[in-house]
Amino acid sequence: MASHDESHDHDHHHKVTFWNKYVFSEDHKMISKQFLVTGMVMGVIGVTMSLLFRLQLAWPEKSWPILETLLGKWGADGVMTPDIYLALVTIHGTIMVFFVLTAGLSGTFSNLLIPLQIGARDMASGFLNMLSYWFFFLSSVVMVMSLFVESGPASAGWTIYPPLSALPQAMPGSGMGMTLWLVSMAIFIISSLLGSLNYIVTVLNLRTKGMSMTRLPLTIWAFFVTAILGVLSFPVLFSAALLLIFDRSFGTSFYLSDIMVSGELLSNAGGSPILFQHLFWFLGHPEVYIIILPAFGITSEVISTNARKPIFGYRAMVGSIMAIAILSFIVWGHHMFMTGMNPFLGSVFTFTTLLIAIPSAVKAFNYITTLWKGNLRLTPAMLFSIGLVSTFITGGLTGLILGDSALDINVHDTYFVVAHFHIVMGLSAIFGMFAGVYHWFPRMYGRRMIKSLGYMHFWITFVCAYGVFFPMHFMGMAGLPRRYYTNTSFPMFDDMADINVLISVFAIVGGIAQVLFLFNFFYSAVRGRKSEQNPWKSNTLEWTAPVEHLHGNWPGELPTVHRWPYDYSKPGMEEDYVPQNVPIKEGEVETGH
Amino acid sequence: MDTFLIILVAILAVVALGQIVRIFELSTDIKGGADPNDVTDKDNHIQGTLMVLAGVALVASFFWMVYSYSDILLPVSASEHGVQIDNLWDVSMWLIVIVFLITQPVLFYFTYKYRGNKAKKAVYMEHNNTLEFVWTIVPAVVLAGLIIYGLTTWSNVMNPDHSDEEPLVIEVFAKQFGWTARYAGSDNQLGNANVRFIEGTNSLGVDINDTKSFDDVITQMPELHLPVGRTVTLKFRSQDVIHSAYLPHFRVQMNCVPGTSTHFSFKPTVTTADIRKEEHVIQKVKNINEIRAAKGEEPYEYDYILLCNKICGAAHYNMQMKVIVETQEEFDKWMSEQKTFAEML
Repeated sequence: MASHDESHDHDHHHKVTFWNKYVFSEDHKMISKQFLVTGMVMGVIGVTMSLLFRLQLAWPEKSWPILETLLGKWGADGVMTPDIYLALVTIHGTIMVFFVLTAGLSGTFSNLLIPLQIGARDMASGFLNMLSYWFFFLSSVVMVMSLFVESGPASAGWTIYPPLSALPQAMPGSGMGMTLWLVSMAIFIISSLLGSLNYIVTVLNLRTKGMSMTRLPLTIWAFFVTAILGVLSFPVLFSAALLLIFDRSFGTSFYLSDIMVSGELLSNAGGSPILFQHLFWFLGHPEVYIIILPAFGITSEVISTNARKPIFGYRAMVGSIMAIAILSFIVWGHHMFMTGMNPFLGSVFTFTTLLIAIPSAVKAFNYITTLWKGNLRLTPAMLFSIGLVSTFITGGLTGLILGDSALDINVHDTYFVVAHFHIVMGLSAIFGMFAGVYHWFPRMYGRRMIKSLGYMHFWITFVCAYGVFFPMHFMGMAGLPRRYYTNTSFPMFDDMADINVLISVFAIVGGIAQVLFLFNFFYSAVRGRKSEQNPWKSNTLEWTAPVEHLHGNWPGELPTVHRWPYDYSKPGMEEDYVPQNVPIKEGEVETGH
Repeated sequence: MDTFLIILVAILAVVALGQIVRIFELSTDIKGGADPNDVTDKDNHIQGTLMVLAGVALVASFFWMVYSYSDILLPVSASEHGVQIDNLWDVSMWLIVIVFLITQPVLFYFTYKYRGNKAKKAVYMEHNNTLEFVWTIVPAVVLAGLIIYGLTTWSNVMNPDHSDEEPLVIEVFAKQFGWTARYAGSDNQLGNANVRFIEGTNSLGVDINDTKSFDDVITQMPELHLPVGRTVTLKFRSQDVIHSAYLPHFRVQMNCVPGTSTHFSFKPTVTTADIRKEEHVIQKVKNINEIRAAKGEEPYEYDYILLCNKICGAAHYNMQMKVIVETQEEFDKWMSEQKTFAEML
């Protein structure tokens, strides 16, 4: 083993060039930064799109010159067309779900933290890790390219239900734009699988001496379980996409039967569009946990460190991560209550779905209890983590409504759903991501982010986030369907005009406030104040490695682990933290597991 | 040119922000002392106070929204099963509102109450089996109740008892971007139909060789007439892509899937004329008409509506059909004015 390590290092000392250090890097720390920056670029695109369609929703008749500038022929005279509205909604969803909150979040922090927190020199396979990033980059490029196709980008919603997505006659976005969407997602799935396999193998095999599974920080548990979810569910989406490609391009009828579109009778027979939905949501539901679990992991770590208290109920936290993960595979049907599925099947999915509330409640209570009698250091990361707990509770609770098939009848696909999933998985996950960036920025760049800008960023974001999504519950309860270009075709919804304006104002202010974050990030990366090695007085191993990035992370021996990661404010210790590599003192009782 | 200026101003703003930060950092450097990015007790105090204020604001704005948005909500259910759904809704809503109103204030209050202080030390508490047991079991028990209640309601709604009367059968046909209703006629049986039979005026693809189809009545207006107090079974078909027939006033929704048929049975209980006299509706219509008058639009009269609730293409946002619930006599009169399928051909 040792000789292998040496030759590995040896290799790299000789050939450090610009290309293999910054571009085709196999170093997990560099790859993590690549994921983060790519994710941020995609995030800017995704958020900007949402601001554009918020303009349309709040002021449907008004002309905005910026729409013509950005959308060209689809924004002629400053008013967007219904087609491009649907395209914006579709690509916004796709980008935020997959590119920002899956690859951007998991890719960044799994890469950064798995080797550093378990005490490994790097990922199990640096080469696969590099490939994972570059497949992600390629899929991002293809997705962005699809925005410039003559017939417009994919517009069938991020769930791309056929036949709408399968028939170019049904909408222009189902032409070339949809083909590129599918190609991009296929590449994305390859990236995700390469990454996930690597994470799993690394966590299982490369833990340093003393790092038993029960001493793993909750971040690692979350990333580990997330990777397992990804490996088991993404291939199903891949096959769904593959069959859709066949239906679109090679005349098969997996999802199509008895269709007449634009006056043309299609010869397809025997397929079922519902099959696609089953395949899609078999990934689609675990996917929301692929998004939220890493955010939970980050939050657990940030809250414990900054509360100067052990995370409350470590075992329960690990258990609830696993329970959520297992349940997430048997609840997908709750997205399909209204497809005409057998009511008995609906009952089963209602039952399994509502069960998820139990481990979720345990997590929320444990976070709150971790704050109790703590000594809270309210850093921007800590504020975002507490914000996550708040949004997770708010959004999680409405899941009890939507998961209940009888109640879903009247709010299915309305703004109630939009409010629910944006709060519970959009906001919570993005807050987790912000918390992670603020917290581990010193580890990534050896510098500190500017605290005051961080506070401003948090407050504007937090207030605007609730301002955007909370009122949507009421719109959904009033019966307003989602994905409507405008609600002015129904006089019944005319009394929502003011709410729409309010939401859009919050959205625009909140969106623009992200400039504070971007500025803080890039400015601090280059000119921020130098950070000390362990600025948060944290216990986990990543802070025992030198500030400057070494290939192999630690000079000399790898650290040995003697305790769990949450010995904060332990009685009888001098400091209010005890890093994992500090041996158990004589007479000290080992706690935590 | 405008765009150029905007970009220029944006760039200058960022540069200015950078310089301000720089000046601030240099000035703290001159004064010496710790890294200004370290969190001080004062920061904890300010942020903790802001957090508790945010908690108050969250709860206050919740109540404000409940109060001021109550007018936009749907009126009481206009169908029999809808009452059960609304009861389940109320129970679930009360439950989640109570949990919301307990947990959120506690979260924000703790953030304030335990804000950090250099002189303090946190309590070391890794777990507490009793507490954790309690907050696993309590949600489990409450959820068990909610699940049983929910499943009972779902079962009642989806498997209605038709033993006392035969439901009125109506087909609702969806295509980009409109709805058509086909009544089963005097035999109350729909004739076969398939998109392959669509030709000329036979726009629903009804099988002209099927004798059951002769007395079917296809509406010429995008209107769905329903007699009050009679169970109807809506059978859904789609010509092209997936649509969803959403009748929010009746708590009814079902996808229309090409290549297969779906259905939903319910009993309308309030006529259109009666719902217009309902207090909540009068208030809502008054608000809406004030808004419409300000925009110079026609006054609006309240109607039940069927809308498309599954993304289906460019005009998805305007795929609608008026629903009219009327007395049996009015319904019969309307029906007698319609042509049957045989007469149409």
